[in-house]
Amino acid sequence: MAALYEGYTLCGLAPAQNLLSSGIQGVEAERDSDHVVVTDSTRSVTLYKVSDQKPLSSWTVKQGQTLTCSAVYNSQTKEYVAVSDGKVIRIWKEEEILLDKAFKATVSSDVCRVHCVAGGEPVVLFQRGAVRLLDSLLSAPQQPIEEVLAQEEVIRWSTNIVTESQQVVIFTTEQKGDHFLYLQRLNPNTLQRYRLEREDPGLSPLSFSASCKDRHIRLLYLYPNGHVYQSLVPVRGLGADEGAQALLMPRSLLLALPIGEGLLEAASAQVLDDAHVAVVGVPHPSAGAGKDFLCIWNTNFQTLQAGKEMAGKVYGQLWRYSNKLFIPHGKTLSVIPYEWPKSSLASALGKLRQAKTEESKAPTSVPSWNNILHEEKAHPSRTVETRKTRTNRKSQSAPSLTNDHILELIKTAPVEEVQKKVEVLLSRTDVQGLQPSVGQLASTLVSRSLDDPAFYTPSSLAQLVHTRCLCHSVCPDLVLLALERKDYFLCQLCLQFFPDIPEAVTCACLKAFISMSDVDAEKVSVEPDSVSFMESLMARERGPRGLQNGFSPASTEVDRSDGLGVGGTRAEDKEKASTPTEQICPVGLHKAVLLNEILQTAYSDSFLLPHLKDLSSQHVLLFLQYLQFLYLKYSQDAFPQMHGLRSPSLTQIMDWVCLLLDAHFTVLVMTPEAKGLLLNLHSFVKSQVRLVSELGKIEGSLQELNKMKVKKDVGQYSIEVIELF
Amino acid sequence: MTKKQRKFSDRKEKKTEVKMGEFKVHRVRFFDYMPTAIRAMAFNSRTERLALARADGALEIFNFADNYFQEKVIPGQDGRAVEALCWVGQRLFSAGLNGEITEYDLENLRPRYTVEAYGGPIWTISSNSHGTLLAVGCEDGTVKMFEILEERIQFQRNLDRQKGRIISLSWHPSGTLIAAGMMDMIRIFDAETGRATHRLLVERGVGASKSKEVVVWSIVFLSDHTIVSGDSAGKVQIWDGVTGTLVRTHLVTKWDVLALSVSKDESSLVAGTSEGTVVQFQFISSTVDQQDKEWVRTRTFKNHSHDVRALAHTETAVVSGGMDTQLVVRPLLEKVEKNTQESALRKMTLPHRSLVCCAKKAGLLLFQFPDHLELWRLGESDGHGKPGDSLPVKRKPEKLIQLKRKGEDHICCSALSPCGGWLAYSTVTSFRLYRLQNNNISVTKVSKLPKDLRWAHQLCFSPDSSKLFASSSHSSVIVIALNQPECKYLHTLKPKSGSRQPVHLLFASEDGKWLATANADCEIHVYNLDKLKLHCTVPVYSSCPTAIAIHPTTSNLVAVHADQQIFEFSLVQKEYTEWSRKLQKQGLHSLWLERDTPITRVAFNPKNPAHIILHDMFMFCIIDQSLPLPEAKTPFYNQITLRSLPEPQRLVHSHAFKICKNFQHLMCVSLLEDHSLVVVERPLLNIMSQLPAPVRQKKFAT
Repeated sequence: MAALYEGYTLCGLAPAQNLLSSGIQGVEAERDSDHVVVTDSTRSVTLYKVSDQKPLSSWTVKQGQTLTCSAVYNSQTKEYVAVSDGKVIRIWKEEEILLDKAFKATVSSDVCRVHCVAGGEPVVLFQRGAVRLLDSLLSAPQQPIEEVLAQEEVIRWSTNIVTESQQVVIFTTEQKGDHFLYLQRLNPNTLQRYRLEREDPGLSPLSFSASCKDRHIRLLYLYPNGHVYQSLVPVRGLGADEGAQALLMPRSLLLALPIGEGLLEAASAQVLDDAHVAVVGVPHPSAGAGKDFLCIWNTNFQTLQAGKEMAGKVYGQLWRYSNKLFIPHGKTLSVIPYEWPKSSLASALGKLRQAKTEESKAPTSVPSWNNILHEEKAHPSRTVETRKTRTNRKSQSAPSLTNDHILELIKTAPVEEVQKKVEVLLSRTDVQGLQPSVGQLASTLVSRSLDDPAFYTPSSLAQLVHTRCLCHSVCPDLVLLALERKDYFLCQLCLQFFPDIPEAVTCACLKAFISMSDVDAEKVSVEPDSVSFMESLMARERGPRGLQNGFSPASTEVDRSDGLGVGGTRAEDKEKASTPTEQICPVGLHKAVLLNEILQTAYSDSFLLPHLKDLSSQHVLLFLQYLQFLYLKYSQDAFPQMHGLRSPSLTQIMDWVCLLLDAHFTVLVMTPEAKGLLLNLHSFVKSQVRLVSELGKIEGSLQELNKMKVKKDVGQYSIEVIELF
Repeated sequence: MTKKQRKFSDRKEKKTEVKMGEFKVHRVRFFDYMPTAIRAMAFNSRTERLALARADGALEIFNFADNYFQEKVIPGQDGRAVEALCWVGQRLFSAGLNGEITEYDLENLRPRYTVEAYGGPIWTISSNSHGTLLAVGCEDGTVKMFEILEERIQFQRNLDRQKGRIISLSWHPSGTLIAAGMMDMIRIFDAETGRATHRLLVERGVGASKSKEVVVWSIVFLSDHTIVSGDSAGKVQIWDGVTGTLVRTHLVTKWDVLALSVSKDESSLVAGTSEGTVVQFQFISSTVDQQDKEWVRTRTFKNHSHDVRALAHTETAVVSGGMDTQLVVRPLLEKVEKNTQESALRKMTLPHRSLVCCAKKAGLLLFQFPDHLELWRLGESDGHGKPGDSLPVKRKPEKLIQLKRKGEDHICCSALSPCGGWLAYSTVTSFRLYRLQNNNISVTKVSKLPKDLRWAHQLCFSPDSSKLFASSSHSSVIVIALNQPECKYLHTLKPKSGSRQPVHLLFASEDGKWLATANADCEIHVYNLDKLKLHCTVPVYSSCPTAIAIHPTTSNLVAVHADQQIFEFSLVQKEYTEWSRKLQKQGLHSLWLERDTPITRVAFNPKNPAHIILHDMFMFCIIDQSLPLPEAKTPFYNQITLRSLPEPQRLVHSHAFKICKNFQHLMCVSLLEDHSLVVVERPLLNIMSQLPAPVRQKKFAT
């Protein structure tokens, strides 16, 4: 899963009064991944060291002049290039303080942008579509600049890409609602013009993002209706007739983002890699209508990988350099580091096994979705990809290093130390960011425990489960380990928090719980919420008796909580009770709580049934008695799942009764002790059937009533035909 | 085509023919008839007539002895606001905020005379039990006494003048004392000396209404000198009239107690409130075996959505009316036999006479409102459909004319000729006739009218539109010949009985030979129009006719009465027909007799002479004289059953009364010349929705 880390502020903004623009013209990479040049929309250029959140130097043009394009850094000459007032190109070095004294050259036509990427020469894009290398332009600043674009054609966006062989300037234009893409290849200069397919109803793309892949330029563009399209354009020219006419650019719908109500206004999509797109200004699908979110989407699975709400309005601007996203929002420019492991089917489905750290360090051994899909294409890029991931890992910040450290520690250190470290780790970092590492931690802990009978860290495991980042498929041995170590509290937690416990494991838990003696059960510490629910249910059972003896139900409850340890004596008490057997809970309090947890787990009938057959008839009987008790309580007292406590629903109870009967009917019929129970259940069913049939009748008559009431509205006048007999 | 095929196609053709009982129905809901609020009521227990005054000044007389039939209607007048009604013997007096006392001529359905009381607006009128004196309570604080003479009333004197208006009055049955309800107090006067003897202070409401004067809206003086008052603070108070002390206060509503009425034996009393409730009090001993009785609140009836302004306590029922325009008769169950017709609650909303006139040939409808007439042309559809379908309306109905009446008297009757060429209406003082031309777009008033025709109770055109019949005083009928330049008086038809009652029904036969009239004395006279002579008088039946008609081919007169009886009288043989005798012998079905609205129109189906079409407010019915009459045990409303039966079996199960309840709140059902039915509905919900919001209205002096 891709993850967005906690962001930090790079600088404040001075957004326009109407909050339509952020006040930032551009963020450009500087010498390394930790330096950026930020150009504001008026007069100044600032160099920041990102990790320090600190400006290193700043340059400003004179009052009255404005910077008309964002400044870029030419890493070859270590110079900055910017354009002021459209026509004045300024070039300066870091040590120069006053911009006025720096080199200036006035060109004959208005400049649109200056682009410079690592490994390429600075390129100047004029507003009328002409492109010049900066060097050649400066050699004759007043050289005539041709007009490439038609009248009323305006450049909307531009970028510069350097492939192994060629430098390409890409820009898009708009002309009377039509959008075009220009591919200006440099050395040799060729120009290719493509026409973008129209998006109904006459929508204009909000943002573009280009990347280069396998000698193709991959263009990604976002429309206000949330559609993200991808177009592939070959880097190499097509042939002789280039530029003669605008080819229609084929596109494919990559993502259809949920946009909530209305169209998007300020939004942007940035390519992160083959499978991931960062989107800003699009609502989070599960967070209502607000649009101020930064999200990472997986385009292969169309899944949302990570999302983050940005404080204040976002302006639809987003830049990405190395593993950081730069996003102006509200009155700040924030830097948000992100991470995206290679997209794979296993990780997408949450089944990625990361039990062995060596394995996880060699990502190529995991079958990549990309490789499966585009096997032949992926080969040349593989080396690049792995190098990228490796650099990523290296550049990853402190927590993951500690992770590895702890993982090593777990393998050897004594129980206490491990517990302490895990606790520290969990308390220190925010849980969201930990998601990938929690699985690793848990798996390592479990495998150590399985290998080493003396090693067991219940509290750490419980903490890990509590983070809710775990699921059964991430750490399949956890529940069984807990059962083995008789850690029923952990079992309860797992049953509660894991959405994907297999039926076999559920059944194993059930078996363990039901066969446990009540005395043992009372010693188990269980989750307090569910205990209080069971207590209130049982208090009703005893309430009247308590009152008869002059005790209020409250006092019995106090009594109970005091005497948790001496549950056995109370169980005997219960047996002496004179209330009818169905009214007495057949199992102890804690056992009941654990059984309730079983009732609430998800299952599918056909998978559960064969495992249920393994239960002994004695246990089935006991369980059925307990279910009957619950059912009676629920139906007698009209006892809904009150006070929001976790409690099984009536349907869940009934489903389990049915399942148990299905699994063991013949055995139960033969068991003499079960006879009374079965008769009782039969009478329930009968009464239920009667109730339902009565309800059906009522429904029928109400529907008739409804039909009768639908009398057509007679207006002021109508001509009708009637017949009298 | 083979023989077999032809046979088949013949059968097919037959099937497309319109079936006997199939009708195309024009369902009309655009008659915006709106009854006005009930203001006052007076019940004459001797004649069992209830007089009722509405907000527009109209008076209605209901005959409680004859199925609550609305016997007479005296049209209203602009500016006449009747605030109180009073019967003196058979004479009816009213007084209103215009400061006048009016006596009505119940034979000619008009005010007989009015007397100015010279005391400002009159709030109340009350006569002594001997019927010799009339007391009115005036705005200026005087109680004025009028002597009731044979032909008029004469001012006698004023009682002691008080500060503040007199809102309500009640005579002590002995005639020596009068109690007057005022603002914040009740005064008792000695009727002989005119002196005020007691002053009873009425407590104001609590809270915010403390600062407001309390109005004693209604007062009752009982023979044991107990005074009962109802006031604007929602109290019903029992006073001792001898000592002038308050005995008991019953707070019955948050709003006003507007009306009180006591039963004749003074054992029961009802109070009407602004909330629409009627609260009953009974004079009973509160505990068993105790002699001393007291007034105990016993029951609350809620039959109104709005203010109950008027109440009458009859022998067996509580009659109430108010803002929601309905007259409600609520029988007191201890006074009537249970599960009889008498014990059923009755609500009377729509008038018992027709306000719609249908021109059969022209397809026009005339709607009568108190102050104007509307002439509509029905829509058209050329589609055919199977029963239950709504046909596409090709041409929408169209309002052709809205004719405003002249003068301040409201319209009392109107008529439209079958050809649609003539329109006539009358108020109590004037008669107008109009010629409609050029596809009914132009209206010309016929200026030269015979002098004998000044007003009419009822109007009717002959089927060929050549004559107009107008009922006049003493049950006479004036016959006018309609000619283009001028209209000529032909004759006055007079009954031999010498009845002085007004004619309320007129019917001219299709062949132009007969004219039938019915009057409030329950007489039906048939005139021969060729000879302009009385032909015969149908034997007088005890119940008032509510609809009459003469069959176009057999010349049998069909009369339906307020007690729901149907008679067929042969004009040729001058005797009841065989069918009528059979019907009387066998008796009508109990469900027919239990209906509580009168049949207001009888019509015939020229296509099938055996069919008689009748309607009341909730159904219309086709009586097929060729079918057997329903037995007492036969399911009466059997249309749904018949529909579900296969055709051959229908005949076995069908009986003479084919009743259709698809249309409700009917004001008119009429058959056009093209055999389609016109059904004019006025859904009560539409009336309800036009009423003001049912909260207490701000009234004068509250």
